[in-house]
Amino acid sequence: MSEAMYEVSLVVNGVPRSATVPARRLLSDFLRHDLELTGTHVGCEHGVCGACTVLVDGRPIRSCLQFAVTVDGAEVTTVEGCTRADGELGHVQQAFRDCHGLQCGFCTPGFVTTITAYLEENPAPTEDEAREAIVGNLCRCTGYQNIVASVLRAAELRAEEVNR
Amino acid sequence: MTTRSFGEPIARLEDPRLLKGEGRFLDDIGHRALAAAFVRSPHAHARIVDIDVTDAVGVDGLVAVYTHDDLDGRAGEALPVLIPHETLTHGRTGFALAKDEVNHVGEPIVMVVATDRYLAEDACARIRVEYDFLPPVVGIEAARDAGLLVHDDVPGNVSAHMVQSRGDVEAALAAAPNVLDLDLDIERSASTPLEGKGVHARWDADDASLRVYTSTQASTSVRAALAARLELPLDRVEVIAPDVGGGFGVKIVHPWPEEVLVPWAAIRLGREVKWTEDRREHFVGAAHERGQLQHVRVGFDDEGRLLGLDVTVWHDNGAYTPYGIIVPIITTTQLLGPYKPDAYRAEFFSLYTNTVPVTPYRGAGRPQGCFAMERTMDAIAAHLGLDRTVVRERNFIRPDEMPYDQGLIFQDGRPLVYDSGDYPATLEKLKKLVGWEEFAAFRDEARAAGRRVGIGIACYVEGTGVGPYEGGWVKVETDGSVVAATGLTTQGQGHKTAFAQVVASELGVPVDRVAVTTGDTRRFGYAVGTFASRAAVMSGNALAAAARKVRDKALRIAGEALEADPRDLEIVDGVVRVIGSPGGAPGASIPLATVAVLANPLRYAFDREAERATQFGGPVDFSKPPVAEGESPGLEDTGFYSPPRSTFANGMHAAIVETDPETAEITILRYCVVHDCGTLINPRIVEGQIHGGVAQGVGGALYERMVYDGAGQLLNASFMDFLMPYSTEVPVIETDHLETPSPLNPLGIKGAGEAGVIPGSAVLASAISDAEGFAITRMPISPSDLFSLRLARESR
Repeated sequence: MSEAMYEVSLVVNGVPRSATVPARRLLSDFLRHDLELTGTHVGCEHGVCGACTVLVDGRPIRSCLQFAVTVDGAEVTTVEGCTRADGELGHVQQAFRDCHGLQCGFCTPGFVTTITAYLEENPAPTEDEAREAIVGNLCRCTGYQNIVASVLRAAELRAEEVNR
Repeated sequence: MTTRSFGEPIARLEDPRLLKGEGRFLDDIGHRALAAAFVRSPHAHARIVDIDVTDAVGVDGLVAVYTHDDLDGRAGEALPVLIPHETLTHGRTGFALAKDEVNHVGEPIVMVVATDRYLAEDACARIRVEYDFLPPVVGIEAARDAGLLVHDDVPGNVSAHMVQSRGDVEAALAAAPNVLDLDLDIERSASTPLEGKGVHARWDADDASLRVYTSTQASTSVRAALAARLELPLDRVEVIAPDVGGGFGVKIVHPWPEEVLVPWAAIRLGREVKWTEDRREHFVGAAHERGQLQHVRVGFDDEGRLLGLDVTVWHDNGAYTPYGIIVPIITTTQLLGPYKPDAYRAEFFSLYTNTVPVTPYRGAGRPQGCFAMERTMDAIAAHLGLDRTVVRERNFIRPDEMPYDQGLIFQDGRPLVYDSGDYPATLEKLKKLVGWEEFAAFRDEARAAGRRVGIGIACYVEGTGVGPYEGGWVKVETDGSVVAATGLTTQGQGHKTAFAQVVASELGVPVDRVAVTTGDTRRFGYAVGTFASRAAVMSGNALAAAARKVRDKALRIAGEALEADPRDLEIVDGVVRVIGSPGGAPGASIPLATVAVLANPLRYAFDREAERATQFGGPVDFSKPPVAEGESPGLEDTGFYSPPRSTFANGMHAAIVETDPETAEITILRYCVVHDCGTLINPRIVEGQIHGGVAQGVGGALYERMVYDGAGQLLNASFMDFLMPYSTEVPVIETDHLETPSPLNPLGIKGAGEAGVIPGSAVLASAISDAEGFAITRMPISPSDLFSLRLARESR
């Protein structure tokens, strides 16, 4: 009783990638185990914790709630793609380092992608808005205070980059 | 000046790789491994009559199906009771795969191995287990009533009964002018790290060796346990904790069933095998904590001074006792906090229920003890009409009474002796930070506006840095970089940074030249583990000891090379030089890299650096052997730290809450922390630990509970229903520090990991009680709970 297999092709972090998988392969598993991009983490498998958040055509989605076949042809950005072109930390990543916005680092990739997309919509959030921006992601280590600070710091760094 | 990053809030060295998605957590390893999945009991209490795997056999990709009958040798034995205790007269543990009986929902019964996890779960779904149902024991009252038993051979469901006392409590209570009784209740919560457990094992048949990666807080002990269970020589087993996505206590327990089974199957199959716990499995297949009923009887004078304190605790230990009775021991000893009742007696009953086993979760029994003590303090203040801080102040152990012997035996089997702390100073700082004296005006203002606000306070003392020991190894490489290792593990505490700061400062090198490895038995084989706020105290001091030895050796070798007295030398930015001489002066300095080369006399020159250490490479004193007697080659050494007893950190929290008069919604307006963990290695990391602890304290006080129904089903076993706080539920945390260094260890450190969580329920209960005008005695408290309490009072 072999399963039907489908070729799924995505552009991941600017690179065309494809793999042949069954219809039920979750996008999170496809990225992590078929493409071996393990930066995207899975914390709950039911769309609540946000650790698996990736950007599909620029919009944040829970990759544990999507089948890979349903996003065939899409452009996907994972945490690995949130670095600068030279491989150094991108503005959101750098902000987390500056503000001690991570401890164990397991939930962090989902925050980085979420905040990256958020700052595209709202480049200069207030502190309250920064707190709201991350309300779909769970972190068990930090108590969020330094993540809120990271959102504000990332907005600053992003503005510096944009204005440069 | 010597390079000194110790004490500085530097950015973490581990962050770049974690931020770029280059971390290697358990499930990031072994893409080609076979996948394991488990059939777990859907019933809380049942006998297994039959297991029928026939339908699973045809599943695509199926490799193996195992039940308890397949577990040969010691793999099939009951799992260990890790911390035996003479009062744990009826310790019970499960098996790696259930044998005949299941005692909680989630207990593993069948292990399936397949080519991927999807297929392994397909096979699990086709396995039929036939049960004979037994009535479950759910809840502490049911366990205490003992109308039904969890284990047939455990009378009264009591695993342990323990009494500790100091002084004559009965006489003290009889003579006390005031006596109060309190009944208190704390529900279950759990560590719930974002990454669950997970195990990956690889058997090398050619080498007859086993390598296991596991998301653990105790890799050396997992190694020893596996060697024993799998009947392998210890030196054929390596255990590595890779990046670990949070622990908070649950990963200190070992070996978990899966930690035995995955390596066992890898050996049997000769293939890599991996299991990654999913969220539901973690809720029902790992461990919980906190659940206790408490009775306090307290006698006090008219000034509010504690004369006699008599506490009884009924502790829910779940279905098994794999971690012994550490949690209730800590509750009943740490309950005393910064206070000194004339007489104290604590008794606990540790009780079996047909629920997930209870093992330490950050705080490990302290939050419950703090809740009991601090609710009592508030009750005394209310009874006497005194300010709550005044009652506390009157009962504080004074700084000049340190070291203070509480006259009890602590969780490490050693006397409960506080080493240091200045509780009055801590309280003063807290009152200032929160504006204790100004609150009355704020309350009046709020009241006039139809708002209901309250302020609360809670104090705690935390025994940290328990033994028996930790070790550290430090080596200067021939390029001048420094590698260091310690055996205990890391789950987000920033050890690679904090320990690098310790080593760099002792050695005199830039901190970014130090690379620290933790939790890898290949690098350091002797360790205990990361729990009880002990890592900085234990491994910090061990690595400092190792680094000092390396420094002494470097100065000795450099002294010979520079023809100088080692006592006249210092190491600055990785260069050994005559004290005070400017860097680079000829003949007055030598790079640590060169010292490392000279420290290892060579026969063979594999590169230019090595050439200098060969037998013809430079001037040699032929009267001495190349390696002096008592010396060893290489610029490296090992150090250990073993404390005489725990060192006691302390802190005090204050919270201001608002409760909605209509909806009973509870909002935290302010949350203030004053904390004393002795000398700080990295204030930024310590503050992060406090923030995270407070978030868990808030979660445990207002949101998190494990909702079991009467059948023993956990109704909220998902993040949808178990309310872990998001960013909008955690208040802004205002912190201040006090540093009273520990006299017990050379660095003066006390632990900080658990501090933030300990007074959470106590301080919020205090604040809500203040807002509402009646005592809150049961936590966590939801708006519905508060609403019901109001109704009950109105109808009285």
